[in-house]
Amino acid sequence: MGHIPCSFSLMDNHQSSSHPDTRRQLQMARSMCWHCQSEVTGEYFCDRCVKVQPVSKETDYFTCLGFPRRLMLDPQKLEAKFYELSRTFHPDFYQTKSADEQTISLSNAAVLNTAYRTLRAPIQRAEYLLALETGSVKDIRTSPPADLFEEILELQDTLEEYRASDRDSDQGHRLRSTLKTEQEALERRKHEMEAQLQQLFADWDQLQDAGEATSLARVERDRILKQMRDLLSNRTYVNNIVNDLAATIA
Amino acid sequence: MARIVGIDLGTTNSLVAYMKDGQPCVVPDRNGRTIVPSVVALTDNGLIVGDSAKEHLTRNPERTVYSVKRFMGKGLADVQNELAYFPYHVTETGGVIRIRLGQKSYSPPQVSAMILKELKLRAEASLGESITKAVITVPAYFNDSQRQATKDAGLIAGLEVLRIINEPTAASLAYGLQQKTQGTIAVYDFGGGTFDISILKLKDGIFEVLATSGDTHLGGDDLDRVLVDLFIGDIRDRYGIDVGRYPDHMQTVRLEAERAKIRLSDELKTEITIELPEDKGLFTRELTRDQLESLVVGIIERTLAPCRIALKDAGLTPTDIDEVVLVGGSTRMPLVRQRVEALFGKQPHCHLNPDEVVALGAAVQADILSGGTTDMLLLDVTPLSLGIETMGGVMSSLIRRNTTIPASAKEMFTTYVDGQTGVDIHILQGERELVKDNRSLARFRLKVPPLPAGIPRIEVTFLIDANGILNVTATDMRTGQSQSIEVKPSYGLSDTEVERMIEDSFKFAAEDVNARKLIEARLDAEALLKTTNKSLVDAGHLISQEEAHSIRATLAQLSNATGGTDPRAIRTRMTELEQTAKHLNVVMLDHSLKKSLQGKKVSEVS
Repeated sequence: MGHIPCSFSLMDNHQSSSHPDTRRQLQMARSMCWHCQSEVTGEYFCDRCVKVQPVSKETDYFTCLGFPRRLMLDPQKLEAKFYELSRTFHPDFYQTKSADEQTISLSNAAVLNTAYRTLRAPIQRAEYLLALETGSVKDIRTSPPADLFEEILELQDTLEEYRASDRDSDQGHRLRSTLKTEQEALERRKHEMEAQLQQLFADWDQLQDAGEATSLARVERDRILKQMRDLLSNRTYVNNIVNDLAATIA
Repeated sequence: MARIVGIDLGTTNSLVAYMKDGQPCVVPDRNGRTIVPSVVALTDNGLIVGDSAKEHLTRNPERTVYSVKRFMGKGLADVQNELAYFPYHVTETGGVIRIRLGQKSYSPPQVSAMILKELKLRAEASLGESITKAVITVPAYFNDSQRQATKDAGLIAGLEVLRIINEPTAASLAYGLQQKTQGTIAVYDFGGGTFDISILKLKDGIFEVLATSGDTHLGGDDLDRVLVDLFIGDIRDRYGIDVGRYPDHMQTVRLEAERAKIRLSDELKTEITIELPEDKGLFTRELTRDQLESLVVGIIERTLAPCRIALKDAGLTPTDIDEVVLVGGSTRMPLVRQRVEALFGKQPHCHLNPDEVVALGAAVQADILSGGTTDMLLLDVTPLSLGIETMGGVMSSLIRRNTTIPASAKEMFTTYVDGQTGVDIHILQGERELVKDNRSLARFRLKVPPLPAGIPRIEVTFLIDANGILNVTATDMRTGQSQSIEVKPSYGLSDTEVERMIEDSFKFAAEDVNARKLIEARLDAEALLKTTNKSLVDAGHLISQEEAHSIRATLAQLSNATGGTDPRAIRTRMTELEQTAKHLNVVMLDHSLKKSLQGKKVSEVS
């Protein structure tokens, strides 16, 4: 069976890096109403026949939730917008409407839920933005931080030794405490990386807010995205090991 | 829009509710009882449901079905180890369980449909209008097959199921409506056959489920079984009798176990009395609450693991929970309350009737769907991860558990071999890595145009709707054409089978209606017999011998007719009696009026 993983299928691939991100207009609706063919200027409903309009396939999750492509989003505001749009699109409110409207509400609500889930978590939000901005459809590959590579190899050996050992023996206890120390060290490292990411998020937002189209701004933009990609990739790697360690010695 | 009712289709008991002046209320029967026991019995007069069927549990155990919900959306292999506890005969055809009742076999959705029909009739009688639309509740942890089976049951009963809603979230709607709470609540729902935990955030009328977990095979039934095993062990030791060989006595033991468990929620000790087979007399013993608790503590502990998982999935700790709401009959047990309190570190809420709160919530949801309530909105989640089989028998997850529904995922498929015309897709639900450890939901074959390998691009959309039920559509990305997909459920009735069952249910509706009419006619006849007899005693001396004689004759004929099975014959005799006794009633009225006026002044009467 052949299947190609495609995790960002709703993503807008061709809106690439060429233009700096300005505060976009909401693009929820297609320009023509599916029902009465009149022009739709409102956000989600046709002005003439008041029918709900489908979210365009080209709409990215930031646009869908009415936020600019920033990484420091206020969770309260994000939630408020999600609730507001849920009240707009949820199938519960379309039970008495036509079959077409029910289908649109169902698919809009599904897109809205995915958009909120993606943007709610800062790490996922950054990964999504990175994919949007660099036009990459591939998931970010996880890789160990270069300086930790040797240490992690050693840790793998210790982990396997521990799994094979009698947990109640002296050796088991010794290995366990080694692993515990390693876990704590890696958790500290993870937090460091997250702090660095926070800084990059702030840098990104600042650059976008400035909205300059100079070559210097482009260089800065590429620097931020590159560092973000590397950090995200390392963080996920370390995070996986920390979880693995926690599960093994729990 | 036609009225939509809310139905709690429970393992042990079922209820129907509706919205009246902005408040949900449960529909009672003519005796004021709100609960319909989820029991169906085949009698000589046909199928009966509810209280009257419950009486057949001990009289007619092989032909009386209870706890059918445990079989919904399951295959025989899933329930093999508990079949010994059920006196009725369970088999499997086409991946679906069938229950034998007399000459016919019924799928669990058909049996559930009989319970739904009873609730439908009850609502129709009470509201005086035809009911065709309903919201039906299911355990939050029900998988796709179990939800689909519930929807099928509704269809077979002649109900359009506008929404399948999760029981704990339904409870939260009823609870939220009454308490106007804001904050994070945990709903701990321990019912007759299933356990659910849901964690919700209540804010400005939005009920957002953060996480849910549970066990669809863990409930009061399992607590009863521990006691059943204890009692039959005792009886074997003391009398050398294997009660297991006597289905009717097994039911007596089961019902007594259930009653004893219930009594021990209020009392510290209780006396058990069970009639033994082979005229060996009575088995008696004492059971204390401590003994019960030490026997079932393991089962109750099993509810705590899902609670911890749900908390973790919601990213919360017990201290983040503002209130704990108890739902389901099993939460009446003091030990359950203690354990819940210990886990969450706060006293659980239990002032809503745990038997009714789910049905009330379903009525609230029904009102939301019909446009009555507009300020409340429930955002629920899918309880289990949804995925497809990939190379090497591994499940690739498409929609993770606790994702807000509606939820969709798209997946692109292509071919590996030149000219390949189809791709087989196997849909799964579950949290494990390997296909074999997860639940198989369905299989389907994607049609692909014959082209060189890797050229076709078919996009498949997996959409979980607001009912938690999966819908699959596919689009050929090259041509933009969409194709309809015929999904073959792994554990469920096919569409054609459901259609046939709907037809059957209409065919046998006449039979069913006859049984019901008979019961009602008998009840009405008994009431008429009673009042006429009383009139004869009170006023018989005021009419002629002849008249009294003819009334007595008609009385006897009516009494005779109630012993038969023809409701029309009973009604005819009733009309006859009413005619014959008309004069007697007039005389009787006159007489009692005179009696009440005796000794009164004219001024007081006028």
